[in-house]
Amino acid sequence: MSQVVFEKTKLLTDKTFHYCPGCNHGIIHRLVAEVIDEMNLDGKVIGVAPVGCSVFAYDYFNCDMYEAAHGRAPAVATGAKRVVGKDVLVFTYQGDGDLASIGTAEIVHAAHRGEKICTIFVNNAIYGMTGGQMAPTTLVGQKTTTSPRGRDEAWCGAPLKVSEMLAQVPGSYYIERCAVNTTANIRKTKAAIAKAFKYQMEGKGFCLIEVLSTCPTNWGLSPVEAMTWLEENMIPYYPLGVKKDKGAE
Amino acid sequence: MALELMKGSEAIAEAAIRAGARYFFGYPITPQTEIPEYMSARMPEVGGCFLQAESEVAAINMIYGAAGTGARAITSSSSPGVSLKQEGISYCAGAQLPCVILNVMRGGPGLGNIQASQGDYLQGVKGGGNGDYHLITYAPASVQEAIDIMMYAFDKAEKYRVPVLFLADGIIAQMMEPVEMPEMVDFKIDPEKKPWACTGWKPGDDPEKRGVINSIYIDTETLSVHNAKLQKIYREIEANEQQWEYYNVEGAEYIITAFGTVARIAKSAIDELKAEGINVGLVRPITVWPFPYEAVKSACTAPSVKAVLDVELNEGQMLQDVKLALNGATPIDFFGHLGSEMPTVDEVKAKIKSMKEGK
Repeated sequence: MSQVVFEKTKLLTDKTFHYCPGCNHGIIHRLVAEVIDEMNLDGKVIGVAPVGCSVFAYDYFNCDMYEAAHGRAPAVATGAKRVVGKDVLVFTYQGDGDLASIGTAEIVHAAHRGEKICTIFVNNAIYGMTGGQMAPTTLVGQKTTTSPRGRDEAWCGAPLKVSEMLAQVPGSYYIERCAVNTTANIRKTKAAIAKAFKYQMEGKGFCLIEVLSTCPTNWGLSPVEAMTWLEENMIPYYPLGVKKDKGAE
Repeated sequence: MALELMKGSEAIAEAAIRAGARYFFGYPITPQTEIPEYMSARMPEVGGCFLQAESEVAAINMIYGAAGTGARAITSSSSPGVSLKQEGISYCAGAQLPCVILNVMRGGPGLGNIQASQGDYLQGVKGGGNGDYHLITYAPASVQEAIDIMMYAFDKAEKYRVPVLFLADGIIAQMMEPVEMPEMVDFKIDPEKKPWACTGWKPGDDPEKRGVINSIYIDTETLSVHNAKLQKIYREIEANEQQWEYYNVEGAEYIITAFGTVARIAKSAIDELKAEGINVGLVRPITVWPFPYEAVKSACTAPSVKAVLDVELNEGQMLQDVKLALNGATPIDFFGHLGSEMPTVDEVKAKIKSMKEGK
């Protein structure tokens, strides 16, 4: 007799991901969907997709979904959450171009209000969808199509550390930075997402899980090389770990 | 029912609540700040939500979020703030979200001034945001009319799944008038009536009913189908929703076209001119989109009419639609002010008299 030891969560649709080979969005999507499933929140969840590579996330998450304007997902989630209230999980899924650039006002103020939503923030240090431009999170010296000589700190500043910044906002509740580069880190990321969702269902405040991610296509690396680059360059600048957890205080 | 004296902004806010609005997201800007102020005090009394957003951009996106659940949501602002909302308005139109947006117009461009203006007519009726879309756009001329329109604005928005815009000049919000306030409507989110809304779909439910609030259609074919659907709705609105007022048009020698507060000034001028033996009529579009082209044309091309005078508190924005309506059939003149100074009755009378004298 066969035994099912692993199956795709029903919180993901059967639609084939459009993501590039080696991109981490697929892993992160699955973790989010599995947590929703395991917390029995199907029928009680609204997701908000961003503009960027995950613009079609509404096609992948098998629940009520919004597609928001660029950077505005936290405001959209605010509007929805204020209607549906504490029994419905509302989360945004945003990349670094969306959240850390055009959407800084919306994310800072969602945190500032202690908005009872969760944000999954996928940071790959580049604009993926538009073809590899410099993001606020692009590392110093990193070459992109709009920083062809490498990011010059004197000219356009040092990369923005979103999690550290939002941890300083009095209204935020739980902020953690994760990565999905190893099995252990994948499990830690899932646990962090689960904790954030649990906090929201308990009526606690704003939670954000930053997940460092690769972009082999726009970094010009193979998937394996990209993972190594993430470990050698991103993690040292963007240290993993809990930045704030009011629930643990 | 007894009349009560109310300030326009507060009366409009109360009417929105009576019409079932329970979610208000806004940002302070003169001359409409009394609306969020009123909402902040009143919404908790009716179990609703007032939230002061960090910007007009955020406020309209909160509307997008609230309206997507099927709730009745409203935002208000004034001209520069409404410019900031245009991105979100376009998204609401694309995602077919019913909602109500109030523009209490002030002088522009840029920061302009804080006095009344009608300078956002073209922004309101010809687009404003990106893409092929329209908003049902009402231009009330009194506080009572604004209240009365508000009582069915959400019904229209929901019937057609389009955002509704109020284009009110600053006077409408700032003046006090005796009004009759309608009874509270009993509105509840009904997933049956709004199968498109995010109301708790789960895997295994009818896939057609999964809430997907979205304006992206990445294939040319699907975007084409989506836009054709929107255009069909707009044609239906054009056929069903035009509203206008005729005043003294029978046998009129001249017709004034005007909207909002300016139309009331024109009415006073018409009454005084009539006493002096000059017969002038008024056509006042109440919906400026859909624009009542046939009604304007019909009044302005009557055999008795020698010429048309368009009066506005701007450089002649509705004038473009009046010209389209007449298509050269009747001579058109224009009178307007550019700095938010209200045209006076005497000025309108003098303009008509100068037209009569062939100047």
